[in-house]
Amino acid sequence: MSDIKKIKDEYLNKLDSDLNVEILNQIKTELFGKNGKISNSFKSLGSLPNDERKKFASDLNSIKEELQYKIDFKLQEIETKEINSKLENEKVDVTLPEREFSRGKIHPVSQVIDEISSIFSEIGFSVEEGPDIENEHYNFTALNTPDNHPARDMHDTFYLDNNKELLLRTHTSPVQVRTMLNGKPPFKIIAPGRTYRSDSDQTHSPMFHQVEGLHIDKDINMGHLKGCLNYFIKSFFEVDKIKMRFRPSHFPFTEPSAEVDIGYEIKNGKIVIGEGDKWLEILGCGMVHPNVLKNVKVNPNKYQGYAFGIGIDRLGMLKYGINDLRAFFETDYRWLNHFGFDPLDVPSNYRGLSR
Amino acid sequence: MKFTIGWLKEHLDTKIQDNGLIEKLTDIGLEVESFENLNSDLDNFKVAKIINTEQHPNADRLRVCDVDIGKENNVKVVCGAPNAKKDLLTVYAGPGSIIPKNNMKLTISKIRGVTSYGMLCSESELNLSDESAGITELKTTKYSDKIGENFFKNKNEKVVDLSITPNRPDCLGVRGVARDLAAAGAGKLKNISNKNIKKNGSQAIKVSITKEKNQGCTVFGSCLITGVTNKESPKWLKEKIISLGQKPISAIVDITNYVMLDLNRPLHAYDADKIDKEIIVRNSKKGETFEALDNKQYKLGNDMCVISDKSGVLGLGGVIGGTRSGTEINTKNILLESAYFVPRSIRKTSKLLNIDTDAKFRFERGIDPRSIELGLSKAAELISEICGGKISNFDIQKTNKYEKNKIKFNVSLFEKITGFKVDDNEILKILTDLGFEFSKKKLELDLKIPTWRPDITQPIDIVEEIVRIKGYDNIKTLEPEKTKIKDTLNKQQKLFHFLQRSVASKGYYETVTWSFTDSKINNFFKENLKEIKIVNPISSDLDVLRNSIFTNLTFYLKKNLDRGFKDMSLFEIGPIFKNSKPGEQLTVIGAIKSGKVSRLNWNEKERPVDVFDVKKDLIQTLVEAGYDRKSFFIRDKSPSYYHPGKAGSVYLDKDDIEPVAYFGDIHPNIVKKLDIKTEGLVGFEIYLDHLKENKVKLKDQKPNFGYSDYQKSERDFAFIVDKNFKAQDLIEIISSIDQNLIRSIKIFDIYEGENIPNNKKSIAINVIIQSSEKTLEESDLEKINKLIISTVENKSGAKIRS
Repeated sequence: MSDIKKIKDEYLNKLDSDLNVEILNQIKTELFGKNGKISNSFKSLGSLPNDERKKFASDLNSIKEELQYKIDFKLQEIETKEINSKLENEKVDVTLPEREFSRGKIHPVSQVIDEISSIFSEIGFSVEEGPDIENEHYNFTALNTPDNHPARDMHDTFYLDNNKELLLRTHTSPVQVRTMLNGKPPFKIIAPGRTYRSDSDQTHSPMFHQVEGLHIDKDINMGHLKGCLNYFIKSFFEVDKIKMRFRPSHFPFTEPSAEVDIGYEIKNGKIVIGEGDKWLEILGCGMVHPNVLKNVKVNPNKYQGYAFGIGIDRLGMLKYGINDLRAFFETDYRWLNHFGFDPLDVPSNYRGLSR
Repeated sequence: MKFTIGWLKEHLDTKIQDNGLIEKLTDIGLEVESFENLNSDLDNFKVAKIINTEQHPNADRLRVCDVDIGKENNVKVVCGAPNAKKDLLTVYAGPGSIIPKNNMKLTISKIRGVTSYGMLCSESELNLSDESAGITELKTTKYSDKIGENFFKNKNEKVVDLSITPNRPDCLGVRGVARDLAAAGAGKLKNISNKNIKKNGSQAIKVSITKEKNQGCTVFGSCLITGVTNKESPKWLKEKIISLGQKPISAIVDITNYVMLDLNRPLHAYDADKIDKEIIVRNSKKGETFEALDNKQYKLGNDMCVISDKSGVLGLGGVIGGTRSGTEINTKNILLESAYFVPRSIRKTSKLLNIDTDAKFRFERGIDPRSIELGLSKAAELISEICGGKISNFDIQKTNKYEKNKIKFNVSLFEKITGFKVDDNEILKILTDLGFEFSKKKLELDLKIPTWRPDITQPIDIVEEIVRIKGYDNIKTLEPEKTKIKDTLNKQQKLFHFLQRSVASKGYYETVTWSFTDSKINNFFKENLKEIKIVNPISSDLDVLRNSIFTNLTFYLKKNLDRGFKDMSLFEIGPIFKNSKPGEQLTVIGAIKSGKVSRLNWNEKERPVDVFDVKKDLIQTLVEAGYDRKSFFIRDKSPSYYHPGKAGSVYLDKDDIEPVAYFGDIHPNIVKKLDIKTEGLVGFEIYLDHLKENKVKLKDQKPNFGYSDYQKSERDFAFIVDKNFKAQDLIEIISSIDQNLIRSIKIFDIYEGENIPNNKKSIAINVIIQSSEKTLEESDLEKINKLIISTVENKSGAKIRS
């Protein structure tokens, strides 16, 4: 017993000093090698009397464990030290720029269309689309604007043939006609898209975007129209209160017709929507004219409802403080970068329209 | 439509202030464009302050003054007055001003080499006094807070400018506006004072309306006024004409204009002595010509409504008169015309001849056919008052009686459409005030429509009249219902929005460009599509509809390159046009990329963008949209605007007939011809209409989750193949050998050159082999190895590289 105690004390002592890996390995061999001191002690177990053997074996095992642990600890300590000193030399300048990544942008018109769709989705509208090229019938005649009607002068139309049969749609209203001809009431749709008028100056561009709205059912009246637009404008501009004014107006395809103004004021050179005593016209609307319903084979004695048309580009300009309409379509890389939206910033009902 | 409040009050008895009337106009649908003082020449004279003075560099006696005129920037004015010194308040006249003393018009001019913007005025120059030694000195106490304001008070009356919608011709006359205001409770409509004018003898010039198809005139009223003295209009009349921004001409012309503006009753005055015998209202014959009052010669077509005499055309009825029979200052006898022309005929004629006049504008919208005599009376009365003369009896020729139209109106329709109720008596009052006559039968009204309201033809029009006069603010705001009839987006729309954001997320900037483009650029990209010309393009370089998205993208990319940008990625999603009928269009994503990857990068090597950059973006986009990469098939065919050797097309499935996308380098010839200067130009296009629906939907259950934990083995092979042999084919051959064992195939090297025969290349691949049933033994692996080599060699003519 005293022998192994001696071995233990001797080696624990040795292991307390500063050692390198070679010496530690040498100690390992001296203790646990084929003829190591601990190994040999185990060999002597067999020659001991029964009553001593148990106690000796137990002591020997605990000494073995203690020494083994100490050696392993020492080895790990050295390894850690070595790694640490190596890492010191591997230091890089983390302030150097990261690897390049590129970030794309969504055009404000697309973003605004998604915002609009999201808002109207919440109150049960679905999205319809129609062709950019229209014939004269869908764009005008079916919308109660016959050939000799002066209201046609209000639309400077691009024509594709000399008979003025084919044209670029001047508004999104033909989608109303197509939707109603292809289905059965009720209808509850919006139709965003490109529209064209041969007009070009600071505030007009030959192409722009509109969203059409149409809700036809058995008892849809002007109160529903007002409620729908009030809801939309509040949601779109993300304000709690909005000043709105319905003014009588005239469109051949609606009767009664209205233009809608919203209140605004100028604060620090920027337009603030919803307050103030100035009025800004933002859309036209009205109850769908019975003639239009007849033209699309919907019985005006059974069904009625409203329609509206809103300029998408203008909404975007107001909401996001963009001054120049023409810049929307000029593909200036700086402009796209400045006014564009992150593609992951998807407007939705549940997480809000804008960040 | 312009008028002054004073004029309005000739028809409307009201106590309401100007601003109240303006608000009311807007509330009832007569939109007020502006309500402003008529511009005065004296508006150009502003109160100003000299901020600083400097010696003129070339003239001892002149000074250059910095003058605050209340605008953002000060102006520089050269001045010789000894009293022009810092802080003086004075009167500034801007360029364009007319100096009252000498009627001299100011321009921006250089005075001894220094530009002077306007002038500082002396009291003498302003006709205030004889003081001409120095410029006007204004008292600080009175004027210091008035800098920039008009020095002279504008004494002109305020003019209302209304934007009248095409359905309301009645409001193109002041009386019509007054009637609407009265109905809306803003006062009382005055009666028209009808002096009994003396009429003597019959109208001596015979008038006839020919009976023919498409006759554009249905009523022609006239009277002869003999022995008049035409002259300058009296002051009150001139002022009225001027207040509307028009020029007074002579009493007779001004009176006809005045009646038109007052009652919306266009008239025409002929010099009766210039009429050859009689008036014949007829259709024109092709080739007839006449000189109109705008001094232009017009060549007429068939069936235009003309007023003629024995010698030929005098004028275009309701559109424009002719010079041959026009009144002049020495005209003695006049024939006054008050007629009704059919709107359709007016519109057709004026469109064909491209003439726009006040009369045409009104007749086209519909004039009250029963205002013939009222117009004649009013004008004849004024003419005889101002110019003297004897008035004949009125001669009225008509082919249509114009009885009042009738509508049956069920009062309940009002609430059904507007959602709110108005008392029956109030409805009746509104309608009466607007000129309707009615008889009541229980719930239904028999209404007679006033003849000045051609827009009212059915019950819904009556609803509009009542709600507009009652006020739109009575309409309730109903909370929207959230019930849905259909899904918000259909599958194609969802795909559109998904792909749009997917492409953008790969670094592309979305742009929106015109649907039309320059035919010269379009020709590079149109392939075999039809060119679709716009008949009336906005400019000659936007003359066709685009056949490809690349047309505008390359154009604008070049513009941005010229701005100094180099490495750009742009895309647009939108229509391209195959032909000119509705629906002959496709929705396409076009994307382009220019310049280099990792330009000036500290840790990555820079290189020009290449075909595999766009192929990656394209394939990843399709995969993100839910399509299976494993079934894609790439062909090396592409439209001619791509590089013939560095472009391809993507098929969702090998057996598909139409590709869903193209990708590659843009053809170097096009890049050169468009003068695009960049290190690399690549692009891709996705045709959304060719993308079929995914078979597997997210909502469908996913297949069972299966995996293998048995050991994987990797083997590398290098095959020597023909140079134009396709990597895709090699992968297909190997993957079809044993789909249960071969888990992945990766190409890790392509080599041509030393040790490889000409026209050959070496493709090195790594294959992962794993069974889902057991750990493969060496012999199993050896077997599959051999099978891979032999199959590839047999099927492709390749040789394993030893």
